Amino acid sequence: MSIKKLLPQLLTLLVIILIFGFFSYNAQVNMENRGLEFGFDFLAYEASFDIQFSLIDYDGSHSYFRAYLVGLLNTILVSVIGIIFATIIGIVVGVARLSKNYLIERTAAIYVEFFRNIPLLLQIFFWYFAALRALPLPENAEPILGVFFLTIKGLFVPAFVWNNLDVFIYSIIAAIISIVFVRLYARKKQENLGIQTPVLKISIGLFIILPLLTFVLGGVDASVEIPAIKQLSQTSFTYEGGIKLPPELIALALALSLYTATFIAENVRAGVQGVSKGQKEAAASIGLTPNQILKLVVMPQALRIIIPPTTNQYLNLTKNSSLAAAIAYPDLVLIFAGTALMQTGSAIEIVSITMLTYLTLSISISILMNWYNKKIAIIEK
Amino acid sequence: MNKLNFLTPNKNNINFYLYTGIVLFSLSIIIVLSNSFFNLDLIFFLPETISFFLPIVIGFIGLNFVRIEHSRIKALDLVNKNINTNKFNALLSLLIIFLVIKSLPPLLSWFIIDANFSGDSKDACSGSGACWAYIKTWFNRFMYGMYPNEEQWRINLSFISLGFLGVIGFFATEKFKKYLTLYYVVVYPVIAFFFIFFFISGGPIFFDFSYGIIAAVISIILGFFIPSKFKMYYFIIVPITFYILLKYIFFYEELIELGKLETLEWVETGAWGGLSLTFIVSFFCLIFCFPIGLFLSLGRRSDLPIIKYISIGFIEFWRGVPLITVLFMSSVMFPMFLPQDMFIDKLVRVIIAISLFEAAYVAEVIRGGLQALPRGQYDAAKSLGMGYWKMHILVILPQALKLVIPGIANTFLALVKDTPLIFVVGLLEIVGMLNLAKTNPEWLGFAMEGYVFASVVFFIICYAMSKYSYNLEQKYKTER
Repeated sequence: MSIKKLLPQLLTLLVIILIFGFFSYNAQVNMENRGLEFGFDFLAYEASFDIQFSLIDYDGSHSYFRAYLVGLLNTILVSVIGIIFATIIGIVVGVARLSKNYLIERTAAIYVEFFRNIPLLLQIFFWYFAALRALPLPENAEPILGVFFLTIKGLFVPAFVWNNLDVFIYSIIAAIISIVFVRLYARKKQENLGIQTPVLKISIGLFIILPLLTFVLGGVDASVEIPAIKQLSQTSFTYEGGIKLPPELIALALALSLYTATFIAENVRAGVQGVSKGQKEAAASIGLTPNQILKLVVMPQALRIIIPPTTNQYLNLTKNSSLAAAIAYPDLVLIFAGTALMQTGSAIEIVSITMLTYLTLSISISILMNWYNKKIAIIEK
Repeated sequence: MNKLNFLTPNKNNINFYLYTGIVLFSLSIIIVLSNSFFNLDLIFFLPETISFFLPIVIGFIGLNFVRIEHSRIKALDLVNKNINTNKFNALLSLLIIFLVIKSLPPLLSWFIIDANFSGDSKDACSGSGACWAYIKTWFNRFMYGMYPNEEQWRINLSFISLGFLGVIGFFATEKFKKYLTLYYVVVYPVIAFFFIFFFISGGPIFFDFSYGIIAAVISIILGFFIPSKFKMYYFIIVPITFYILLKYIFFYEELIELGKLETLEWVETGAWGGLSLTFIVSFFCLIFCFPIGLFLSLGRRSDLPIIKYISIGFIEFWRGVPLITVLFMSSVMFPMFLPQDMFIDKLVRVIIAISLFEAAYVAEVIRGGLQALPRGQYDAAKSLGMGYWKMHILVILPQALKLVIPGIANTFLALVKDTPLIFVVGLLEIVGMLNLAKTNPEWLGFAMEGYVFASVVFFIICYAMSKYSYNLEQKYKTER
């Protein structure tokens, strides 16, 4: 390698090593001065702070690591809820954007322009501090469909009380595995014989029938627990039984899904528009029905355009869920980079762990995406 | 189905269907309209469930009647084509129309009719509508944060002059057009920096920042006279040298003290806030993230392995973490990495953090443009004997950047929308100020007005930006 190529590289490397050396030297000096020690021992210490909303067993006597897990699970929970709703709204609005109906197209366009031009943080604040604060108190809440109670203290939904839940879950897993096999079989059949199998109907049937069978044969038993109002004191009411979704979670999930849905809608629109007209015309000319055109020609090509940017949006949503800290939803950032950091003072360790968690999440998803992209890329001759 | 056949219009008695359809449709609209605007129930005699669905049913049948294809009536064909192509579309259109009519009166009354516009305390707002007096009273704070009232002319003057200087480029005559890039990339940011540094702050913040900027400017200007063969080494070595020289040898700090305008009061960055802070942060981040992103994208495509992998690592790191953790890092972790006596202002730290964060996104966008260029462009430039920098500056980048205008605009929009996050480090721009005002005991309970106001402000800024980028895209579109 010539000196002309080597020199700038070495210089860059030198500069970076110098910067890192400078930083780590200073960090050492600073930590010594403050009597802090670098290490991850604190993870095992007792956390001694409470978390309002947790998916797993947690109280102050658990360790910091447990608190970290609670935060991580809460982040994943709100991301999954957000992703599901954002996808549904996004697809509906994206299809509406393609509608030939002027009113529908305009409505969808206004929605998209409006929600994506307003900062997400502002939207979260709006839902949490303005919209959800207008909800009734628990004692005045009208039941929705008789079982849901939407109050200022959160959404109370009925809970299922299960017997032999594990059998039920196994049956769902079995259903999913058999659906995969059915699909493989159907594809093979189509490739070899050109016969189409109604995969969707079979899949839905399998997915419903197998779990239902467990109720009859497996001894699975579920009863519904409806939240009931309970008086705490003279003026304070709450609901007992069921599951309580805190208003922070609702506001966050609402804002995240409405915001991200606008981007997904644009992706869907771009994807469907990206399939050239010739493809549809060619498909029609060989006698495919409109449904078949959509299923066999348009969707496979549109999905190839839609999926990569949409995954990116899912990642963005997951990263944006860290804005939870602003409304005190106990997610990873608030619990770990907020409360735990204040208590232990191990800033470097905690911020690095938090960043690494997000980094692992995004990088693993982008590796998956790259693999997927390579797999579905059209191989041009 | 045969029984319903009379519902399907045909061309033979077009007038009958047309008139019945229009009458039915208008009837349904009138029912809903009078119900929602004048609180007048025209169909009070019907049971509740029927009267709820009646307008929809009537309107649906009406639209069904007027769905006559190729009627040769221009207006009718237009309506049919746009909102009434089939039964499903007709129903959806009808629902949207009703929804708009239903939601207009409460919105109107909240925004205008029942709203309070005057007054300067909470008592003035007695109506059920919005309390715009709240916005009016707090307007100053929303715009300028805690910046002292009597000093606010400094912000106004700076922004007006910067706006003027920014617009001036559009009126440049042919003679000056070739200097425009230089003006916008080097001269204008420096002027802006000095305005904010001397005028808005009036004090010794930004020190390190200013060394960096001055070092960069001097080296860029000198860079024009360096033969392109050495440019690469030059740009790696010289700016750093200049920086060190300025900081430790020329005693630049004293020079700044000398040049300080004595009469101006120093307003520290903690007091800055409101919309003006949003502008300042976005402006600086915008200026810094673009060149950093450009170099990162070039680095990622470079064939020098060390530079390539450093760039990849850098880009992927910033893209993989949420901005809020980056800001956390800049506020709690970064001070640990600095020598004890060294202190970097909060605002400067935030600007550096956001710039680096957005630079990674800009880099990926520009890389997309670089990859989209056909290889022939590179080969052609090389065959003319151009070196790396000459090739990129004269041939590759002008084309690549043109391609990625929408992407860059989106990144900049994201940047503007990300600025409220600086509340994490305790800087209160407009959204932060809203939250502060909301908790003021004198003005409890007006959260909605504040958020609506801020939404409108951000919507105007972001929408204008996206429209402008669309215009740019159209302007620079070249057919291939």
